[in-house]
Formats: sequence, C-alpha cells, structure tokens
Amino acid sequence: MGAKMVDFGGWDMPVEYSGVIDEHRAVRERVGLFDVSHMGEIEVHGPQALDLVQHVTVNDASKLKLGQAQYSALLYETGGFVDDILVHKVADDHYFLCVNASNQDKDYEHIAANNHFDATVENAGPKFAQLAVQGPLATGVVKKLTDADLAAVKRYHFIDGVVSGATARIARTGYTGEDGWEIYVAPEHAERLWNEILAAGADSGILACGLGARNTLRMESAMPLYGHEIDATITPWEAVLDWIVKLEKGNFLGREALVKQKQQGITRKLIGFEVKGRGIARDGYEILTGGSEKGWVTSGGPAPALNKNLGMCYLPLQLAEPGTAIEISVRGRPVEAVTIPMPFYKRAR
Amino acid sequence: MYPENFRYTKEHEWVHVENGVGTIGITDHAQHELGDIVYVEVPKIGTHVEQGKSFAVVESVKAASEIYAPVSGEVVEANDALTATPELLNSDPHVAGWIAKIKLSVPEEIDRLLSPTDYQAYLGEG
Repeated sequence: MGAKMVDFGGWDMPVEYSGVIDEHRAVRERVGLFDVSHMGEIEVHGPQALDLVQHVTVNDASKLKLGQAQYSALLYETGGFVDDILVHKVADDHYFLCVNASNQDKDYEHIAANNHFDATVENAGPKFAQLAVQGPLATGVVKKLTDADLAAVKRYHFIDGVVSGATARIARTGYTGEDGWEIYVAPEHAERLWNEILAAGADSGILACGLGARNTLRMESAMPLYGHEIDATITPWEAVLDWIVKLEKGNFLGREALVKQKQQGITRKLIGFEVKGRGIARDGYEILTGGSEKGWVTSGGPAPALNKNLGMCYLPLQLAEPGTAIEISVRGRPVEAVTIPMPFYKRAR
Repeated sequence: MYPENFRYTKEHEWVHVENGVGTIGITDHAQHELGDIVYVEVPKIGTHVEQGKSFAVVESVKAASEIYAPVSGEVVEANDALTATPELLNSDPHVAGWIAKIKLSVPEEIDRLLSPTDYQAYLGEG
C-alpha cells in the first residue's frame, strides 16, 4: 500500500497513504476507507446490563431503541473524563461499547470495578476489527458488499448482517463529520474486507486513509479526541458536551460533581479559533491572552477542506466567546488568532 | 535522485557549496516522510547559524519539524517563494525548494557530512 506507519498505543498504524490532504478531500467529496481496528470494544451482558451502562455513562441509554447508537462518556466521581464512547443497544440485555484504543483496558477496569449489578463486562477488543467507510458516496460502496437494508439505517443506528461473507455489525456512525459506516468484523476477515471495499469503491474514487486524515477530519468537525479536548481534568461542561449529559436520568458516576460545578459555574471553556497571523498553532501551544489563567491549544493545524489554520483551545470563560482576539505562542512568537464557533465544517444534509 | 555535488546530514538536510556559500534544503526522503508541507519558516538574512542547530521550521499537515543547519555561517539569502508556495519542498526539494543560503564560517565542516553514496546507504539501513 506504500503507507507510512507509526506506533499508536502499541498498534502499528498507517499515518497516511497517498497524502493527508488528498485523503481528507476524498472523504469530504467522495469516500475514504480507514482501518480503525485499534479502537476498543467492551460488551455488557445480563439482566441488569442497562443499569450498569446507566450507572457508568452520562447519556441516557434507556432512551436507546434496539439497533440504535449513542455518543456518551465515562466519568470519574470528580466529573473528569475516563473516556468518550459510543453505546450500541444490541438487545435489552446486551450493550456494545466502542471506546478509544489507548483507553481500552482503563475503561474496562473502570466499568468492571463499578459493576454492582447483575451484569457481565467483557474486554472484547481482540474479537473485533473495525473498518470505517466515510464520505458522501460511502453508502453506495458498502451496499455493493451486503444485502443488509442500509437505506433503512438512520444516522447513529446500526444493523447486524453480512458484509462480503463476514458476519458484521454495520453502524452508520463515524469520526469525520460525513455520512458513513463503521463496520465491525472478526479480525480474520479484516484484510480481505479492506481489499474488497477498496475494489468496490474504485469507481467512486475511494482512497485508503490513515490516522493523519482521520485527525484533520475530526478536528475540522470539532469532534473531541481523548487526551486533547477531554481528559481526567476536564468536565463535560468545560468541553461543551452538555448535550450528552442527562442529569435527569438519575444518579450516575460523576453526577454529583457535575451538579456542583453547574451551580458554581465553570471558569474555562473549549472554543474554536482561526489563526490570522502567519503560523500554525499546534496541540499544547500556550495562549498568551488572558493573564495568569492562560489557555492552551488542544488540537490545531490546517483544515484542508476550508484552507484555513484552525484549532480548538481552552480559554478563561470571559474570553471563550466567538470573535475574541487572542495571541498564541508559536515557538515563542505571538501569532494573532480569533475565536470562532464550532464546528468549523458541517456537511450539507 | 541525490545530486553528486551535494553533501547530506543524517537529519536529512542537504548543502551545496559554491564559492564559500552553501545552499541548504531538505532531502527528497525528508519531504516524503513529512508529507504535504503547508508552512515554512525561513531564517532572517544576517542570522548566524551553527552546524547541527535549528535554523528553519517546516510544517506538514501533521506536525512541525525543525530543520538543522548542515553548516555554520551567516544567512545571506532566504527562499521567500516558500512563504506563498511551501509545496515546492514536496515537488522540487533539491532545486526550487531550497530554504536558505549560508556564507560558511567553518568551511571544513563540510568534510563531516555524508556523500550521496553514504547518505543513500544510510537511508537503506534505516
């Protein structure tokens, strides 16, 4: 394939194939294929599977219908993030969680340690490979390889079926800001499926995509990445993920801290920025505006579909409104930027 | 691929010395490893640079990389075309994508650099 490889949390992962910009644009305009087998999976089974999921996640999993998926998060008692996750309802007594690669074991241990219910928790990462087919032409490509009724599957829903002979969970989810599918199969089918998807997508102009484009696509869509926008020191209020927190669903891990912080008010918040001066603001760069309580860049770089240098950053609350002029330290040199609303890119529907 | 009259570093810079002035850039291998280059910070004219020390920055979509001076001396010219067209580093790294010209202060430093044969052998080992 001619891919450039990098070690990512113990996985040998392709950063890019034909080039990050080409791959990024292919996903925005046509379709791209990602091997995201490094993503972790955790299965929760049992009569009280829902009770356990409700206890450890912030979103309301009781609202899920069979075949529906939900963006959610695991929190510590402090209100900080253990991880952000996708919860899939497979059956009344079976929930399938997709978690971040580097957090797989931590998440599993966190859930297992809080399992005071009639439920079993399985660290199921090794059982699944995952391929993501993303972009406006993705459905047409996947359709060639399956009899499953993809048209009946709405965004954030999934269907269990067969893709080119392999039993698969076919979810209409993604991390690119485009329509698309995340396909979970047993690892022994992954390589063949990869090749068959590339062949099926050839006349759609499909490109193999690496972690580089995955990052620029999610950044352009202002989707958080664990270790950047969210971590154990950040709460959902600060990360502007209020919409996934359902305080009214009853008690859950971290709820008390969130209620308290909501009453007291947050002091910092995530906001987008666009670099106006010459330079690129990268992850970890310091923001010079704001006095003693300095902000920092969480993710930043070129946004290939928008031809701008963008990013996300934490700023003191009073500065975290769109239109604020800020200065970012780029290798010790102040570079002008302005705060802007998120997301930066939104697909036409 | 790697011009005979250039000398190379293990950090993937090249230098071409003519009349005591070294033209400096990054190698084809370097541009390929970096991927799409979107930003170049060239040194200011008059800056004194030292062999092995950072003197320019090249940014790809993915990351910022420091470029180390293969020779010591004073910057006498910088390639301003890279400001508007940083992609020259990808398309033509050994000619149009030169970064700066340096008046050598320690000409014998050049003897410590790699020949094209040694550089390619070094790439082969990597």
